[in-house]
Amino acid sequence: MNSIKNIDSFGHVRGESLFVDDIIVQQNTLYGLVFDSPKAHGTIKKLDIAKAEAIEGVIKIFTYKDIPGENQIGGIIPDEPLLADNKVHFVGQPVAFIVATSDSIAKKARAIIEIEIEELPIITEAKEAAAKKQFINKPRTFNLGNTSKAFGDCDYVFEDEVFTNGQEHLYLETQGAYAIPMENGSIKVTSSTQGPTQVQKAIAKVLGIGMHHIEVDVIRLGGGFGGKEDQATPWATLAALATYLLKKPVKLILNRHDDLRMTGKRHPYESNFKIGLSKELKIIAFEADFYQNAGAAADLSPAVAERTLFHATNSYFVKNVKTTVYSCKTNLPPNTAFRGFGGPQGMFVIEAAIAKAAHEIGVTAKEIQEANLIQENDELPYGQIMTQAEAVNSWQSTIKKFNYKKLASEVETFNNKNKDFKKGIALMPICFGISFTNTPMNHARALVHIYQDGTVGISTGAVEMGQSVNTKMLQIAAQIFAIHPDKIKLETTNTTRVANTSPSAASSTADLNGKALLKACSAILERLKIVAAKELKVNEKELSLQNEWVYINSKKSSLSWKALIANAMLERIALSEKSHYVTPIIHFDKTTEKGHPFAYHVYGTAIIITTVDCTRGTYVFDSIKIVHDYGKSMNQGIDLGQVEGALAQGVGWMTMEEIAYDKKGNLLSNALSTYKIPDIFSIAEDIEVIPLETDGNEMAILKSKAVGEPPLMYGIGAYFAIQNAIKAYNPNYKLKFHAPLTPEKVLMSLYEN
Amino acid sequence: MIEFILNNKHIKTAEHNGITLLDFIRDNQQLKGTKIGCREGDCGACTVLIGTLQENKIVNYQSITSCISPLGNAQGKHIVTVDGTNLQDKLTTAQQAMTDNYATQCGFCTPGFVVSLTGLALKNTFISYGDGLNAISGNICRCTGYKSIEKATKNVIDSLQKKDTSNPIKWLVENNYIPKYFATIPERLTAIISENKSTKNSNYVAGGTDLYVRNADKLAEENINLLTANNELTGISFYKDNCAIGALATVTDLMYNNAMQVYFPEIQSFLKLVSSEQIRNMATLAGNFVNASPIGDMTILFLALNCNITIKNADDKLRTIALKDFYTSYKIYDLQKNEIIVNIAFEVPDSSHHFNFEKVSKRTHLDIASVNSAINIKTSGNTIENVHLAVGGVAPIPKYLHKTSAFLVNKEVNIEVLKEANLVMQKEIAPISDVRGSSDYKRLLARQLFFAHFTKLFPKKISLTELVA
Repeated sequence: MNSIKNIDSFGHVRGESLFVDDIIVQQNTLYGLVFDSPKAHGTIKKLDIAKAEAIEGVIKIFTYKDIPGENQIGGIIPDEPLLADNKVHFVGQPVAFIVATSDSIAKKARAIIEIEIEELPIITEAKEAAAKKQFINKPRTFNLGNTSKAFGDCDYVFEDEVFTNGQEHLYLETQGAYAIPMENGSIKVTSSTQGPTQVQKAIAKVLGIGMHHIEVDVIRLGGGFGGKEDQATPWATLAALATYLLKKPVKLILNRHDDLRMTGKRHPYESNFKIGLSKELKIIAFEADFYQNAGAAADLSPAVAERTLFHATNSYFVKNVKTTVYSCKTNLPPNTAFRGFGGPQGMFVIEAAIAKAAHEIGVTAKEIQEANLIQENDELPYGQIMTQAEAVNSWQSTIKKFNYKKLASEVETFNNKNKDFKKGIALMPICFGISFTNTPMNHARALVHIYQDGTVGISTGAVEMGQSVNTKMLQIAAQIFAIHPDKIKLETTNTTRVANTSPSAASSTADLNGKALLKACSAILERLKIVAAKELKVNEKELSLQNEWVYINSKKSSLSWKALIANAMLERIALSEKSHYVTPIIHFDKTTEKGHPFAYHVYGTAIIITTVDCTRGTYVFDSIKIVHDYGKSMNQGIDLGQVEGALAQGVGWMTMEEIAYDKKGNLLSNALSTYKIPDIFSIAEDIEVIPLETDGNEMAILKSKAVGEPPLMYGIGAYFAIQNAIKAYNPNYKLKFHAPLTPEKVLMSLYEN
Repeated sequence: MIEFILNNKHIKTAEHNGITLLDFIRDNQQLKGTKIGCREGDCGACTVLIGTLQENKIVNYQSITSCISPLGNAQGKHIVTVDGTNLQDKLTTAQQAMTDNYATQCGFCTPGFVVSLTGLALKNTFISYGDGLNAISGNICRCTGYKSIEKATKNVIDSLQKKDTSNPIKWLVENNYIPKYFATIPERLTAIISENKSTKNSNYVAGGTDLYVRNADKLAEENINLLTANNELTGISFYKDNCAIGALATVTDLMYNNAMQVYFPEIQSFLKLVSSEQIRNMATLAGNFVNASPIGDMTILFLALNCNITIKNADDKLRTIALKDFYTSYKIYDLQKNEIIVNIAFEVPDSSHHFNFEKVSKRTHLDIASVNSAINIKTSGNTIENVHLAVGGVAPIPKYLHKTSAFLVNKEVNIEVLKEANLVMQKEIAPISDVRGSSDYKRLLARQLFFAHFTKLFPKKISLTELVA
């Protein structure tokens, strides 16, 4: 592939790229450590920090009493204190913040802080919370047609329960921030956050000062995946609080165990479904109740819950749909955004329903999937009419390009020949809406400076976290100005240069910021053309830029890019531009739950083939073959990396990544030795991704569709591929929908009676 | 004082020998390319190379995770971080391969991969594609899904096929794998004289791969007695029918020992299931024994070899005990405060022996077993003459199955016997439910792995279908 490489590659491979923990610290920098609740629910009866504070080198231990502003960091709902006051709601909840001259001194202090908690009843599961009416907010319901009536017309009706476990983000770089005092009571915070504005806002609120006093700077993230959208905030705020009160630089980097214990994860869901089909395998009606395990505070749970409803019918058109989601309040760390944002949990349920129906009716899931794909102008349960729908196109391309028939018959032949190993094959179509479902968040800004030597500096609200958004931004500017990439620098993401930003999330970062950047660059280009037209004495419409030179009707002129910029300076033309972009068309009415919330959808279909070792209950993936809808990819190398990376996370979520809490709310999978994410040997040997042939979509940046989240959901197919292999071995196996499908569950299923 | 070479720099430091190499690199030397990911050797972001000068004046480089490696173990070695692989103004071949294949996204794990791949290039043996994957088996990436990294690795291996083995360092320098200064390292290491300070301190640390996961903060402040400085405890030797292994032999030492490969043709595939290459390069055999984890892979394997361990006390007095008699209860074993294991010995198998090792974990590689098992069967014709069976994860100790083993003696290898033996085994084990699996699962898995030994060793006689029918 010849597309431009990640512009950070040079620094990355040499170990020269800077992350928060790598910044050379100022003299007298202090080190923070969080003392957290050892109990999942209770009233704090005593908190003794005196002995810990007396240790030499401990500067101060902060509690909620030290907070000058509001003790509140909740985003959507103000229900989350920065430091616990008299109550604790989950194990890992920050109670005090130790600041010392070194990390090891802070650790010694933490070990001798005494806390007494009078325990209150603990809830760790969603349905348990629902039974006790513990909710974050009101349930939401999406409705289309009339399900109760429609079930009466169905030839088949099936119901079942479904569980999907949470998922740890496991960004390789743990959470962290470094705050330094500036003059006049201002603070600069370098944070590993996807949402710099969110951090700025929370700090201002907690300190009780204006946002203009807080500068948040983000160099880059060592992975985010949603885990640093809202949950980078407490750590940056704690560091800023200490800096504000002590007038000293304070660094807080969570160690891995603290990070795992204190931060939220993908939401576990307990769900019920009811599916009704006709003899022709048309899904006539579908109902689902989703019980989302939100944890102890709202965080982003209401928004995540909403997206579950948006994707509850995945790539299928169903005439009668009723889905309800309950955000259930439990005594776990507040669960949060994770690539897919509730979509995967929704999609898994309808795929489970299809698997169940197929099993009971005695057909393949493929036959049901195929009979119900979204067609042009279908209306989805939330009212959006689907245009440029690619569900059928991507499905058929997959079947044809990878010769599905041959693959399926090979699986069958293998299974007929082999007793101790069984193969399973599954298809997984996806349809994922692009835009923040909260319409007001769909905006972005970009600031472009052309310096007088012809080099360019770009600031946007986009946070670089490995998705190579900065590379895409650079491509846009390089294309419009027709200059060499070396002449362009992507600046850090900084709230003083680009303010009031939406977080880098919802797969929309490149679209929103890219469109804003495109506007800014185009505006400067127009001004430059006027300068050039005057200089060259031609009409500006005849001018274009190519290879750092001005062209007149595709003939090279005497004017170079560098000379043009020098001229513009003399002509006193503005060489800077700030542009603002808002996504057009989209709207959504939360009272009727209808509207047009998405700019467009991303489609694709995967074939997953697995081999299960029926002696040991282990499995490998032979191949995963995908036709993916990139639109017109602006960078095939980078976009392929997004597909492969998301796929690995999706497969991990479905197979080996198992979060475990005990009944007391203690995280058992609390280290990398007990929480396993895919390693190089667990990836399918053969992964092939072919771009879907389409015209692209104008709503996407340069027609190149968003790619961050959608491919994660191909991983759902892994569950059903393994399940099909289990079915091939054990005729007594009773279908279960309980993810992840670990080797333990596989072995127990292979040998159940 | 600890003296070693860090990249191209001579280090002489009075820092405590128990601090981690990672902290020394990042905090003391301000080299920030080596990243902190987990501090338990499970992610590889902190991977560095440790070069040991061999008698032939060639430096043998191995990758290790610096987060669980005591600084003292760097004594007399060449430590290479990502910074030490960098060339002036251009990328190394490994770095270029990562870049060309889009194998770096967020960049946090990348330096670890680059160091591992550089270590691969520095290996003094023929390098296959499998070696390439092994080299990065301890490096976790959360962004890429690994396919791009696989391609980068393949590129590196392809180019390494042309390596001039007569003067590898020269070739590697000329082909942009490493900077020029590597050629000066053997001589510079020779100049460092490591004194063998004997101390009576019983705060022993060997590879550190377990102790540092549990106790790094404490060890950083204590005076520790680093056993790795003791050359007497290394080596693998054979005499007649016996094999003797120094207590400090690492898993890697066993895995690539030529004689071991003759006696155990499958040893590489068995030991590939043990942790990652980085950890195998550090973890010692005796360390695994005294860790006393009920699920210790090496312990289970050596229980089935029915090995003896020789123990030395502070007065240099020796005693020998069978490994199967070493453990008394959970993490309790027959070793006094001032004693260390010095030697492990077992009778090597001949052609009448059948040996197998099985392990199942949530993730096949770089994971702790739910259940593991090893068996060593001596047959005469169709009859089992002798058998040693060990199963991990099913008892408070690494379990040698006395009763099941005894039951099998003088029996024929057939379906009925094995089914019965499983019943004996099920009475002999008592797994508990924990994060590695429920007790029901572990019982079923123990049965399956027991059966797997026989389907694998006696494929013509024993079929799974009949066993589970």
